[in-house]
Order: sequence, then structure tokens, then C-alpha cells
Amino acid sequence: MTEVASPTSPRTLARVFFLGGLFSYRALFNWITPVMYVTTMLGSPLFQILFFAYLGRFAGLQDDTFFVVGNAIQVSAMAGIYGMTMTIANERQFGTLSPLLATPASRIALFLGRALPVIVNGLVVSAFGFAVGLLLLDFTLEWSAVPPLVVVVVVTVASCTALGMLLGSIGLRARDVFFASNLVYFLMLLVCGVNIPVETLPDWLEAIGRAVPLTHGIEAAREIAAGAPLGEVSDLVWTELGIGVAYAATAFLLFRLFEIEGRRRASLETF
Amino acid sequence: MIAIVPRLFWVGWKFHLKGLTMSSFFLLVSVIQPLIFATIAYYMYEAGAREGTLLYVALGAGLMGMWSSTLFGSGGAIQWQRWQGTLELLIGAPPPFIFTLLPLTLATASIGLYSIVATLLWGGLLFDVPLSIEHPFLFAVSLPATALALGLLGLVLASTFVLYRQASAFSNLLEYPVWLVSGLLIPISLLPGWVEPISWVLAPTWGVKAVRESALGGEPLFAIGMCLLLSAIYLVIGWFSMANFERLARKQATLSLT
Repeated sequence: MTEVASPTSPRTLARVFFLGGLFSYRALFNWITPVMYVTTMLGSPLFQILFFAYLGRFAGLQDDTFFVVGNAIQVSAMAGIYGMTMTIANERQFGTLSPLLATPASRIALFLGRALPVIVNGLVVSAFGFAVGLLLLDFTLEWSAVPPLVVVVVVTVASCTALGMLLGSIGLRARDVFFASNLVYFLMLLVCGVNIPVETLPDWLEAIGRAVPLTHGIEAAREIAAGAPLGEVSDLVWTELGIGVAYAATAFLLFRLFEIEGRRRASLETF
Repeated sequence: MIAIVPRLFWVGWKFHLKGLTMSSFFLLVSVIQPLIFATIAYYMYEAGAREGTLLYVALGAGLMGMWSSTLFGSGGAIQWQRWQGTLELLIGAPPPFIFTLLPLTLATASIGLYSIVATLLWGGLLFDVPLSIEHPFLFAVSLPATALALGLLGLVLASTFVLYRQASAFSNLLEYPVWLVSGLLIPISLLPGWVEPISWVLAPTWGVKAVRESALGGEPLFAIGMCLLLSAIYLVIGWFSMANFERLARKQATLSLT
């Protein structure tokens, strides 16, 4: 008789985390085909960065660096927000949620494993955004600024993905979560200091901006691009990380709540 | 057949307009998204001390919404019919397919008028943008002329995107570039010189010129004329592309293939 591995054994947890995450990404991420990936994940960010850089020039607000750094990090939300929403909420849309939740797999490994490919994807998109700025706009970056910038971008993309997790969890219950994903993506352009310094926004908009991912990370990245060492922006980076952890924890709690509620009311895949 | 065409257009346009109005996605694209972009542009201009451009922003952002609703609505028009299983029925119906598709693409541009209304109200209510229109009659003419030109550009999109299975990929790609090169928020003169000739063949370029010059003052008649001229050119291109698609789809039996 074959021995069944315990769902909480480290090996099973690692398999669910890495392989489960990878499979779910390949199965549930709608933009996985090459044409869709290039046009949506690279083409759209490319033109977004150009659009706001030129708008900034016309408005006379800031130099290209301001817009390149802000938008190159924000475009990671293409993966972090849309991608993460898809990789959780599409389980319900595609009818695979019930079989998934019938397994004894660790929920935390299931949940967090889905974030890893999305974070890697977000980093690729963000790196592409910076490359666009270097090649097409008036943006330069010292080599010495690259390692600390990578640290900041990794933290910020992970934090943004945590917001995507929250939306994905809501998608386990809401009828049209992609409306919320679209709305959040566009609102980030307004409130997170991507194109407008947050301190110039009305107080209530600034308060919203300070409570969501991206804002502190973008602020830190701008300072690093201007030559500041990582230590000087550590407060901003820790704040960004803290916000990300808070969103991820809330997302997981909602995920569990909707699972338990869905089982109790037999409504896991109803719309 | 000729006698039913006006009714077909009217009923089709009304039907699709109602359907699109009930869609949360199109509500987002045609109302909420332009308001967000108008607000971003407003704060950027304010922080950058560019004065006297609020109505300019409101109208530009409104046209951005009109382009987005046309792009996503018309670009995916035939694909949706495929997914819903209604494409064969429409192709098999007695009227030429273009007569049933054109009201849809015109409806996608028409709901873009919501964008204009929304951004003008946004400007008036939140930022005290004065709503004084210099040439009210020409403004009233420029709006439908713009919607017509964009709707017929939508026909071209619908008839060419259908040849590719990943039509929505092109829709995602084309939103920002057309906003950029049409001068909706950024003057074309600020862009590299080679962009200008591209802008001439795009309806949003002339649409925003017509709407802005009739609202802010200027000579909008030429831009309105260009909207009508481009509409005629788009109609011819769309007609041939659609006929080509229909012929290929019948010949290769690919009508219902998604």
C-alpha cells in the first residue's frame, strides 16, 4: 500500500507552493499566450510610460525621471493586480474551485504559491518599464543605484501583489471582481504618486494613497534614482513591506472566510 | 431590402446602446476611466502651473473615453458574436452582415458621448470649469460627427481584428498610442515629427479638434469636414474588409471557431 504524504509535511508544502503556484499561473492567467503577453504586459506599459512622460513635459510638472520611475513600478500592477486576481478568482470562474478546496492541501501554501509567479512576472514588466525609460526617454540611472533599486522594486511589486490577492479573494464571492481590478489599477495612477506628487493631492486622496501599496515604494525608488543609499529610504521600504503584509494577511483571512462560508452555504461556485 | 435598412440601423443601434449601457465594463471605460484621467491631468497641470486648460482637459479626457469604448467595443464585436453563438445567425440573415454590424460599432462610439458629458459635469461640479461654449451649434454638430467617424473606424477595427484570434490583445495595445498621437491631452507638436502624419488618418485627432475649436473658439468646420471625409474612407475600407472576412469564413468554414 502506498503511503500518503501528510499535507503538512515540508515536502508537500513545498510542492503545493511551487508546483501548485506554477500550474495555477499557467492555467488561470488569461494572458499567457505570447501575443497576449507581449501586447498587454509589455506593449501597454510601454505606451503608458510614454504617454505620462509626454503629458508631464507638457504640464511642466517634473522631469522624465519622475514619470519613468513612477510608471515603471506601477505597470507591475498589470501582473500584481490583474494577474493575481485571475489566478485566484478564475478558479471560481473556470469551475475548479470546489475540487481544489476538496483537497487537504495547506491553504497558506496554496494561496501564497499563487503569488510567486505573479511577482516574478511583475518584476519582468517593471524591468521592461525601466528599460523603456533608459532607451526612449531622458532617464539615466547610475550602476550603483541598481542593487538598492532592485530591493525596493521587489518589495513594492510583492506589496502590490498582496493587493491583488485581496481582490482575488473578494473574487471568490463577488460577481464581477474584474470591474474592481480595473478600477483599482486606474485609481493607482491617481493616488499612489505615480504621476502626481501625493503631497499635492487633497488630504483625503493623499490619505488613501498612503494606505495602499506602491506609494511608499515609488517614493523610495525615486530617492534611490536620485542617488540616495538604501539606508536613507529604509523607513519607506519597511512601511511598504508592512502595508503589503497587512493586505496579504487580510486577503488570506477573506480567502478562508469565503471558503468556510461557501462550504456552509453550498455556494462556492454560484454567481 | 432598402426599405428596411433605416429600421435595421435604428433598432440595432438602440439595442446595442442599451446593452453596452448595462455593462459594468463599458461604464468603467466610458465614464469612470475618463474621470480618473481628467483628474490626473488636472492635478498635473495645476502642480505644473499650466493655466487656463481645464476645459481643454475635460474635452480631451472625454474623447479618450470615446476612443476606449470604440476600441474595446468594436475591436471585440465579432469575437463576442462568435462566443455567444450568434455570428452564424447574423451572417445567414437576409440583410448584408455589415448592416447588422455597423449599428454595433456606432453604438460603441455613441456611448463615448457619456464620457464627454461625464467629464464636463466633473469639471463644472468639482473644479468650477466654466461651461461656456463658443459655437454651440457647431459643438452640437461636432459631437455626432466625431461619434460617426469613430464608429466607422470601429467598423475597420472589427473587420480587421476578426482575422486574429487574440483580438483583445490588440485592443489592450492600442489604447494609449492613439491617446498619445491624437493630441487628446498632449499637443501633437510636442511629439516627434514623424508622428504627425499618423495622426492625420485617425478620427480622434479631428474629433478632438472639432470639439475643442467649437467649444473654446476657432474654426471647427475643417475638422468636422475631416471627420466626415474619414468616415467615408473608413466605410469603404470596412466594407471591403468585411466582405473579405465573410468570404473567407464561409469558404473555410471558420465562422463559429473561437
